[in-house]
Amino acid sequence: MNAVDFRNVSFRYAGSEKEALANINLKIEEGESVLITGPSGCGKSTIAKIIMGLIPHSYTGEFSGEAYVFGMNILENPVSNIATKCGIVFQNPENQLFTFSVEDDVAFGPENLALPPEEIRKRVDESLKLVGIEHLRYSSPNSLSGGEQQKAAIASILSMYPSLIVFDEPTSMLDPSSSINLIQSIFRLKEELEKKGGRLTLIIIEHRIGLLLDHVSRIIVISDGRIVLDGEPLSVLYESFKKKIPINIPPILQIYFRIKDRCGLEKPPKNLKELFSYLREASSEKHG
Amino acid sequence: MKNMVEITVENLFFKYPDAEKYALKNINFTIKEGESIAILGENGAGKTTLAKNLNGLLKPTKGSVKIDGVDTRNLSVAKIARKIGFVCHNPDHQFFAETVEEEIKFGLKNFGFTENEIEKSLLDVLKTFGLEEYRHKSPFQLSGGEKKRLAIASIIVWRPELLILDEPTIGMDYAQRLNIQNVLKNLVSEGKSIIVITHDVDFAVSLCRRAIVLSGGEIVGDGCLRKLLSNPEVIEKASLRKPFLIELEEEIGFSVIDEDFDSISESLIRVFDKCHS
Repeated sequence: MNAVDFRNVSFRYAGSEKEALANINLKIEEGESVLITGPSGCGKSTIAKIIMGLIPHSYTGEFSGEAYVFGMNILENPVSNIATKCGIVFQNPENQLFTFSVEDDVAFGPENLALPPEEIRKRVDESLKLVGIEHLRYSSPNSLSGGEQQKAAIASILSMYPSLIVFDEPTSMLDPSSSINLIQSIFRLKEELEKKGGRLTLIIIEHRIGLLLDHVSRIIVISDGRIVLDGEPLSVLYESFKKKIPINIPPILQIYFRIKDRCGLEKPPKNLKELFSYLREASSEKHG
Repeated sequence: MKNMVEITVENLFFKYPDAEKYALKNINFTIKEGESIAILGENGAGKTTLAKNLNGLLKPTKGSVKIDGVDTRNLSVAKIARKIGFVCHNPDHQFFAETVEEEIKFGLKNFGFTENEIEKSLLDVLKTFGLEEYRHKSPFQLSGGEKKRLAIASIIVWRPELLILDEPTIGMDYAQRLNIQNVLKNLVSEGKSIIVITHDVDFAVSLCRRAIVLSGGEIVGDGCLRKLLSNPEVIEKASLRKPFLIELEEEIGFSVIDEDFDSISESLIRVFDKCHS
């Protein structure tokens, strides 16, 4: 089943002359992990809002085409229906936290599904543990640092047991090691769910491609409201490099793409140590 | 006040009302004109709290922060703002005007710039930050990265002597990061000072000479940024990462800090000179 199915989707925000998205055709299968990237203002967050049904239900503008999320036509389903399957973690997490304690925020979704109290408690415990903020359970979201708020927002989505999660720049407020930890725990969560027979589709909008390269199976590059590249991560990045699309290609690949043909390198290095040992190998083979 | 700014922080302790623990403990340092400083540290280390103490948004619980010798307790936030600009991490907190143009003009009007100056400065920053086409739009209609650019533009426009930026590169693509980097470098070369709070160590290393590293509300390192970010102990303590360029330099043994990827690649090929065809 397709988790996401966009057919000729276009959207123009009210008051804007330009289309934010123009004629997007996009299928994402259940269980996929997809990175969406592209220059800022290119339409990435607009895609996220359509998947959640926030467009066209909560944003005014001109929508055309058809969009389905797990078979639900977003035009025919209220946001509350879609929210039972899909969760989103927004760019500015403080915009989605609104109660007086982290615990209440995390419990809010399950409470609205009218789940029994024991079940809600279990989900809150699990979710706080997964993102590592059990100690902030009774803190007010307002008193948290940016990174802690990001984690609280993620916990409040996890407690809904979603089939699809959209992350809009999930690590933007996190320090380097917390970013790596968070990405790892997102994918560990996916693995755990799949061991139990569940499926989780992940759509991650990020500029920091390097963080996700080892985790995603597909990268989509949006530019100026259109999908310009879509496919296997490394070849998408190489095409972006050749076409000079300004995305954050990791530094190690910036160098690799520039020298691979001239130095006869066959596979991309994971880090500098590997790059240097490949270079040594290549040079000794040539002269060896 | 004279046309540059010097900040002296002495035995600064800060505690939020109702909090049990101090968010900042025993902070001491001086900032002189023309400095480029990165404030680094793990989430919750106190970086933003420190920045807000420097521009008078927060006042010390104990100790003092002096701007050109005057205690911030005796200065109004507005007066400080003329000299010290602050770009907060969430642009939504900063915007209130109906259009991008008005947002940018607000500071200029308040600081008594003339009509001509206002118009000229407005056009300049719109161009520098690639915001010309949004001039008459609402700030809230912009995308995340565009908002971030507007937030910086609307402060930089009145040319404060010291500019503090909280996570300026969030939501920015490669080209925009380079652009911001260049804009900030130019400010420093004009004798202005900048302080960047960031987790983006690669950005910090190409921009800042000095780093103040915080952990748990205390300074664990203050000095040459490149030295601090080559120090495994500091990196570990503050949950940082060694910047790519420093790693690269350690491997090849010479400096590449101001070079772009084209020239770095050429250098590498020269190092492994036997492998070029």
